[in-house]
Amino acid sequence: MAGHASKEIDSSALWGGKISPFSTSYGKLMMWFFLVSDALTFSGLLVAYGFTRHACLDAWPIGEETFNSMPFLGHGYPLLYVALMTFILIVSSVTMVLAVEAGHRMDRKGVTKWLIATIIGGFFFVGSQAWEWSHFIHGSEFGKVELTDGSQAIVKGHFGEIENFKVLEAGKHHKKGDVITEDLLHEFHHAVVAGNVENGIITLHDGSKAKVNKKADHGMTLVIKKDGGTHKVGDVIPESKACDMYYEAINSGTPNRVVYGADLQQNEYGPQQYGQFFFFITGFHGFHVFSGVIINIIILMGVISGTYHKRGHYEMIEKTGLYWHFVDLVWVFVFTFFYLV
Amino acid sequence: MERDDIIEYSLDVHHSEEHGKLLRKKIWKVTALLTAITALEVILGSQIKQSSDYWQVIKWLFIGLTIIKAAYIVLIFMHLGDEKKTLKYMILVPYFIFILYLIYIIIVEALAVSEVWTQNAP
Repeated sequence: MAGHASKEIDSSALWGGKISPFSTSYGKLMMWFFLVSDALTFSGLLVAYGFTRHACLDAWPIGEETFNSMPFLGHGYPLLYVALMTFILIVSSVTMVLAVEAGHRMDRKGVTKWLIATIIGGFFFVGSQAWEWSHFIHGSEFGKVELTDGSQAIVKGHFGEIENFKVLEAGKHHKKGDVITEDLLHEFHHAVVAGNVENGIITLHDGSKAKVNKKADHGMTLVIKKDGGTHKVGDVIPESKACDMYYEAINSGTPNRVVYGADLQQNEYGPQQYGQFFFFITGFHGFHVFSGVIINIIILMGVISGTYHKRGHYEMIEKTGLYWHFVDLVWVFVFTFFYLV
Repeated sequence: MERDDIIEYSLDVHHSEEHGKLLRKKIWKVTALLTAITALEVILGSQIKQSSDYWQVIKWLFIGLTIIKAAYIVLIFMHLGDEKKTLKYMILVPYFIFILYLIYIIIVEALAVSEVWTQNAP
């Protein structure tokens, strides 16, 4: 029995290919398809973030309070560093579009110049992200504290510098009367988490006991981020009480009353998921930027060796350009939803 | 053997020096705009706290500005605005249908979960 397949069709009735229905090449069309699927992935991540954020409401950290540091300058610059990162990425997107434009004029020198600029911008962005991660992981001087009623609070204010540790009881390395002045904050944080600080006396790694000499903190307030017996999420404890409550936890000699920085289990900024989303979303985006830089470098080698010039067009730059702009596009959304609102 | 099944890259997009100048001017204009929007967002973000009465307005302003930024990147930098209409809508329409629905359903769900969590809190 003859099926459909055996019936001969006049070839003039068939679409014989050769003309793209979208008047664009195969490569570019597939790049767009890939970008749509990748956009759905990122949207999925950001929407999941939105879900957790709205489910936690007040307990969620505020971007401008969490990210307020600049390299070399310290604290008190809300969002400035992220804005700088955004700017770097926008500029590298512009240099990329200029490379594409130069390609349309078959200007090999122009393409090389702008592509190199794009790669440099990409490296700057990845570097900035590394700094931001490091800062996020190490955390602030105060940390997040668990109060006596079981509630958890983040701390605002100015941390008084630790001047030195004066050894009262000798251990393996330090003698009585020694004054330690190095690596103080790190050692202090470590001891607080381990429960090795009691009534202003710190037990150091080598077993010696020392008095902590520290300048006074200024303007300290506590903001509750997790419900406890008396305090509820969103409560603000004023300066008059905050200091006593904070140092009660520091000096309690109980381990894990204070959290510094962030890892995948806990973080000092807010709920556990906050750290996880931070690492996953910015990490996944950073990985995209990194692969974009690598792809750009490979394409740059092709430009320099004249592969595309011989081919008669620089479409390859357009295709990598699409990917690079997409990375910028994703960052625009991450910037808004992770940092701004 | 020469293959005839490969769609050649269209050389129509090649342009002259003069046209290039116009395009570059447009690119720098868009750059200035994107930078200005980012600067405005940062200034507003650092000045108006989330506890402020105006926060709801600012929040929606941020979202609006973000969409404007995204539109410029997609339509100008990625040249989607210059592509054929069929291609443009084939990319945009399915994406928006999925995402708008996802956002809607997730936010509704999240607020319901939040309510339950607050009620059951110790």
